[in-house]
Amino acid sequence: MGSRFAPCDGMKAVHTAVIAGIVVAVLLPAIPLVIWSLSGGWWFPRLLPEQWSLRSWRYLASPASRVAEATRNSVIIALVTTAVSVPLGVPAGRALGLYRFRGKRFAEALVFAPLIVPSLAVIMGVQVVLIRAGISATLIGVVVAHLLPALPYMVMVMRAVFSAYDPEYEQQARSLGATRWETLLHVTAPAILPGLVTGALFVFLISWSQYALTLLVGGGRVMTLPVLLFAFVTAGDHAMTGAVSLLFLAPALLVLGVSARMLGGRPAGVSGLEGV
Amino acid sequence: MTSRHSVASARPALLLAPALLVIGVLFAGGIGLALVQSLGYLPALGMRTVSAGAFVTVLTSRGFLRSLGLTLWVAAVSTVLTVLFGLITALVLRRRLRNSRLIRFLYQIPLTVPHLVVAVAAAMLLSQSGLLSRLLFHGGFISAPAAFPELVHDSAGVSIILVYAWKQIPFVGLVALAVLQSVGDDYESVARSLGASRLQRVRHVLVPLTLPAVVPATIIVFAFVFGAFETPLVLGTRFPSMLSVLAYRLYTDTDLTRRPEAMALNLVIALIALVLVALYRVATRVFSERRDG
Repeated sequence: MGSRFAPCDGMKAVHTAVIAGIVVAVLLPAIPLVIWSLSGGWWFPRLLPEQWSLRSWRYLASPASRVAEATRNSVIIALVTTAVSVPLGVPAGRALGLYRFRGKRFAEALVFAPLIVPSLAVIMGVQVVLIRAGISATLIGVVVAHLLPALPYMVMVMRAVFSAYDPEYEQQARSLGATRWETLLHVTAPAILPGLVTGALFVFLISWSQYALTLLVGGGRVMTLPVLLFAFVTAGDHAMTGAVSLLFLAPALLVLGVSARMLGGRPAGVSGLEGV
Repeated sequence: MTSRHSVASARPALLLAPALLVIGVLFAGGIGLALVQSLGYLPALGMRTVSAGAFVTVLTSRGFLRSLGLTLWVAAVSTVLTVLFGLITALVLRRRLRNSRLIRFLYQIPLTVPHLVVAVAAAMLLSQSGLLSRLLFHGGFISAPAAFPELVHDSAGVSIILVYAWKQIPFVGLVALAVLQSVGDDYESVARSLGASRLQRVRHVLVPLTLPAVVPATIIVFAFVFGAFETPLVLGTRFPSMLSVLAYRLYTDTDLTRRPEAMALNLVIALIALVLVALYRVATRVFSERRDG
């Protein structure tokens, strides 16, 4: 307060209105999802269900539903995608972030293009090979497809991390007698860890949220949460749609919360796309 | 300033090789294979004659032109909304975000929520029997669901536009905020002492400052909507459908001779996206040169 730019009363009202608008707009979509997930019947024009019910949540937890299978597959696919993307993405990000070399612009373009060109269009071409290799409609095939949007993202995040990193410290550690391994463990790792963990969390989320590629490669036989969710949407079961949506959405909030803490308030998820 | 190493390319090449190999095989391989298949060469399906027929069929079909029109329309409108509200929210939030963790967290939520969930919620909110329609009914504005405008499964893609704007406003907003917070108050102070009004300061000082970051972000936003798949699958009409959905329908058509058409369409999509990639790189270079020199 008392700053040179303290808004006058009219501006203050506008500011308050915009912030209220943000809060309402962000939370609004959650309202029908929560209410539908708890409804046993909710006809127009009622504002609240005539009947409340825990049916969808009970069904979600019951062994008869495919939710457990879908969740397990979603977790496995996202974990494996992340486990492949991180060890490949970190060194590549280091190369692009720290060094100048011939062909760098081409390398950057090759990494950046898959982030913009729709993965579905590209993987549709690859699908014929996945079928021939016998990994179409398997978890492995789905992971291979998910790598196309996930790995370039990891590289771009690490490129941003390393372009703000000073490799002199590594040389100093080495000249003080540290081994390569000790330098990596005590100098490099602590410096890049916050960026690396955030990048890995977002890569997990990219795979977790993926519907199109799983549908294409999985051919409906690899059941993941979004595939199950879409089945309930198509069946018109609003209660189940609401419940599965909330389950599907939970890791997104978790990742956001964790990464906000790791980065000390700097925005996450945008870092990979700067200044290519 | 950190030192930038200019080295013989052996070391960076080794560091890059594994990732580039995977990305190159998937990306270049996918496009190459799409090209082969688009020319009608699909030995697995017993198709071996090579021709450009699929391209002609796709490019001249009414379905393609309508889909292209819809896709460009949806991408353009949601991009305009996204940039407009991204800038407005960034200008309002620039001094608050540091103070309020809660607002900052809320503001970023749309970035991580899966498109499918947002699309589902949009249908529940915006359909003719949705929550908004019910509220209007209780407010006495409409007397039946049919009186509520068709915002879902409509030919203008209104709900698709809104879903993408909702998802991407914080993306543009955060990009703009990063600039606004790094330049501080100095430029604005000068403009103010020279007598610029609040609106003039926003228009002639703050917005131009954000452009080097916001213009490339705008291209990314447009490209993401351009490739939309699950959102129009939930919220769109069957005809015309957005391009990615059309390509998927052609691919899964029981008539296997339509495969080459699907691949031709994929190449058209990829080509338009690659033009956007090139535009992005030109935009970032132009702005960084202007800044440096």
